[in-house]
Amino acid sequence: MLPTPSTSHVSFDNVYEPAEDSYLVLDTLSSASETAFLSQRFPVHAPAPLALEIGTGSGVVLAFISAHARKLFGHTNVITLGTDVNGFACRAARETVQVACKEHKAEAGIFTDVVAGDLASPLRARKVDVLVFNPPYVPTEELPALPDDLVVPGREFERDSYLLSLSYAGGEDGMETTKRLLDSLGDILSERGVAYVLLCARNRPDEVAAGLRDAGWDVEVCGRSGKVGGWEKLVVLRIWRD
Amino acid sequence: MKLLTLNFLTCARKACKPLPTSFPLHPADATLATTETAFSPAFLRNILPRLDWPALKGLCDELGLPGVGDEAPGPEALFEDGELPESDEDIVGEIEAGKRPTKLAHDLHQLLVETVMLEGKLVCASCGHEYAVKEGIANFLLPSHLV
Repeated sequence: MLPTPSTSHVSFDNVYEPAEDSYLVLDTLSSASETAFLSQRFPVHAPAPLALEIGTGSGVVLAFISAHARKLFGHTNVITLGTDVNGFACRAARETVQVACKEHKAEAGIFTDVVAGDLASPLRARKVDVLVFNPPYVPTEELPALPDDLVVPGREFERDSYLLSLSYAGGEDGMETTKRLLDSLGDILSERGVAYVLLCARNRPDEVAAGLRDAGWDVEVCGRSGKVGGWEKLVVLRIWRD
Repeated sequence: MKLLTLNFLTCARKACKPLPTSFPLHPADATLATTETAFSPAFLRNILPRLDWPALKGLCDELGLPGVGDEAPGPEALFEDGELPESDEDIVGEIEAGKRPTKLAHDLHQLLVETVMLEGKLVCASCGHEYAVKEGIANFLLPSHLV
């Protein structure tokens, strides 16, 4: 077990607190099958892979990838970057990653930044080699509109509950944001790119995987947790092309 | 925000993405700072082949930073024969026995990894949109009519 990065400095009033879904992503990425996959796909002398986490929240996942690069990839020549639509999350995640990387200096990759933005919109096309997304997956009647600035107006309580809603509210089937990401995957990932995307049972992961295969992707369930009535509550899909 | 990051970022507007002028973004009113970061020459060797060198050179020129050459250096320019100096310098990552990082490697580390833009704007040459950088965080969120 690799140590989980500390998020003790983060205010969870307006930033998503790491929970079962976050820990499933950590366990999946550090599992024997995924470290083998990543080490083989991104060998030590290949051009440095760019790992992007979309929706960092507290930064626990991005910090884990950054600080434990050697365990995940077999080397530390990895560049990491995050995006989030919540300005508080961007600042919190940056600190989480910096602290974790300092603590594991000999094991860490090169963390660059957390930038405020929607999905991978600030990135150049087809540059991302490892994409990680723990999306807002809870089915909700409405999908909250995205903020258009780092400063969100309104009274503190309303502002904070709005910002938190961005981290979980997924609209129809909990899939509206995830669908947007999956539809643009071909423009985000490099030729050697791989995406790890978490889904909950209500997102209908089987249908999502079938749709991706129809679009020409290889898909494998590489992480699962919390069986509910015979169904996995949460799964992580690995999506790539060979 | 690190200068290295800027080599991967472009205008967030959909209409701009396919246009060559949307990359690189151009800094304006920039306040720069230096953050001390562990030095990994092995990482530099692996990042060189995927850097857009003209974009990096342009960025240095626009920021008034001491220039990098016109051509991207090859990986061999980062190492020379010799023992690693016994200094308290933080070198991380794998390094071949009997080799040590050159001055160029140190300079590139300082430029790409340690130089950060704390405040300022990043301007798209295609649509003119200005993305603000505040306390080192770049804001690529867009009003819905610009998405």
